[in-house]
Amino acid sequence: MGQAPSMLTQYDIEEVQEHCNNLFSQQEIVSLYQRFCQLDRNAKGFISADEFLSVPEFAMNPLSQRLLKMVDGLNFKDFVAFLSAFSAKATIQHKIEFIFRVYDSDSNGKVSFNDILEVLRDLSGSFLSDKQREQVLSQVLAETGYTKESYLMLDDFIKVLGSSDLKIEVEVPVD
Amino acid sequence: MSGSEKLTSLSSELDLDRPNLEDYLPSGSSIQEPHGKLRLRDLLDISPALTEAAGAIVDDSFTRCFKSNPPEPWNWNVYLFPLWCCGVVVRYLILFPGRVIVLTVGWIIFLSSFIPVHFLLKGHDNLRKKLERFLVELICSFFVASWTGVVKYHGPRPSMRPKQVFVANHTSMIDFIILEQMTAFAVIMQKHPGWVGLLQKTILESVGCIWFNRAEAKDREIVARKLREHVQGTDNNPLLIFPEGTCVNNHYTVMFKKGAFELGCTVCPIAIKYNKIFVDAFWNSRKQSFTMHLLQLMTSWAVVCDVWYLEPQNLKPGETPIEFAERVRDIISVRAGLKKVPWDGYLKYSRPSPKHREQKQQSFAESMLRRLEEK
Repeated sequence: MGQAPSMLTQYDIEEVQEHCNNLFSQQEIVSLYQRFCQLDRNAKGFISADEFLSVPEFAMNPLSQRLLKMVDGLNFKDFVAFLSAFSAKATIQHKIEFIFRVYDSDSNGKVSFNDILEVLRDLSGSFLSDKQREQVLSQVLAETGYTKESYLMLDDFIKVLGSSDLKIEVEVPVD
Repeated sequence: MSGSEKLTSLSSELDLDRPNLEDYLPSGSSIQEPHGKLRLRDLLDISPALTEAAGAIVDDSFTRCFKSNPPEPWNWNVYLFPLWCCGVVVRYLILFPGRVIVLTVGWIIFLSSFIPVHFLLKGHDNLRKKLERFLVELICSFFVASWTGVVKYHGPRPSMRPKQVFVANHTSMIDFIILEQMTAFAVIMQKHPGWVGLLQKTILESVGCIWFNRAEAKDREIVARKLREHVQGTDNNPLLIFPEGTCVNNHYTVMFKKGAFELGCTVCPIAIKYNKIFVDAFWNSRKQSFTMHLLQLMTSWAVVCDVWYLEPQNLKPGETPIEFAERVRDIISVRAGLKKVPWDGYLKYSRPSPKHREQKQQSFAESMLRRLEEK
């Protein structure tokens, strides 16, 4: 789908739907395509970091840089796959996997103490000192039986987060 | 963000007119304050921030303000298509040349009167100003005729009194022409390149115009001073300001800049609403040059719009200029049927200030510390 034509054919829609495991309906995919073309100003087939940051609500988000690394330069098919974690039909496991990927910035399959610290730093900025963050994290990890040297895998994430009800859902406007 | 470094200094100055965003954001987006002792799962659960970010990627109210919505094509079946073709022929081959002729005649009349008046009557300022005002109104009428403008004015005509400014919502530069044909306003405009800039420098100078340059950070103070000087003068034309600072697509209004509302004058709101059935008058300056925009208007059937001159407003005791600006924006939006969004129009050209991100970070940090204390 490199050319980004202005109309999607039925084949294209079905291909994208398969790629995202049917987590979006065909109408939602058409809406997402309209949105994709709106953000991709010169029809290059992908959305650049600059174009994402031109959405003020996104630029203001503390996790925007992290998410940018994951979504920058994706073509439409992968863009939909990226967003599929936010579909109402996605499983809790899928959503937790997404969160894991956000933490695991070096994609080595494990999340270290420092990885979590980095995300905390993004979320709290200059309003907490590094020492405070380390302290809080060590304390909370110890309560759950982990140490500073522990590496959390996806299974650990599922164990910790699986019981809470995660609200990660975004509604795709369908006109 | 290398590209936007030179713009961050501008956005920090724009901070000053931004009221608390949290007052505006719809309640659905405010995050539920979590309670209870802090556990590992609370630290790891970044879902609120993620949901907001993904929501912004999928749809956001700022981009919606600048989306041109082309009307639905209606020429899609075998009966309507030939009708549409006839329409195209009429518009491009009959109406368009006719309009070009009207406009050319208008310019000839205007220039042949304006130039002599401007130079020969140098000594008789009063008479010269009166004639120049009349001529500017005349050329604007010719412009409006060249798009077959059907403008319905509601409300009393603006009067020339000192200590008053007029504010209106902004959809395209033609807003200015439509209002100018009825009253010779002085206006504050962004300096444009090309033939528009030439017009600005020569003809609009005669009605009294103030220039600003969005890209210059120091410009704001200079402009504020010029505005104040203008409204104090009794002889100056009434001042027209578009407080949104940029063109919006006539379905929404973005936040009004407070500059027009802290001059200590009466503010007279004007609401403009275009009828989209005939043509979409939104000038999407990112997609089209002004020349293309004018040509598009001249090859459509008509430009139909309503202009409401609304009741003059004054600063209420205890009201800040920003609250005043929002109150007037409300009046205009309700009259013209526009939705309000809590964004600064200048975000089209710059990134949001780090203050907003810091607000979110601060509330996260505070919540975390608070929950740590709970047992």
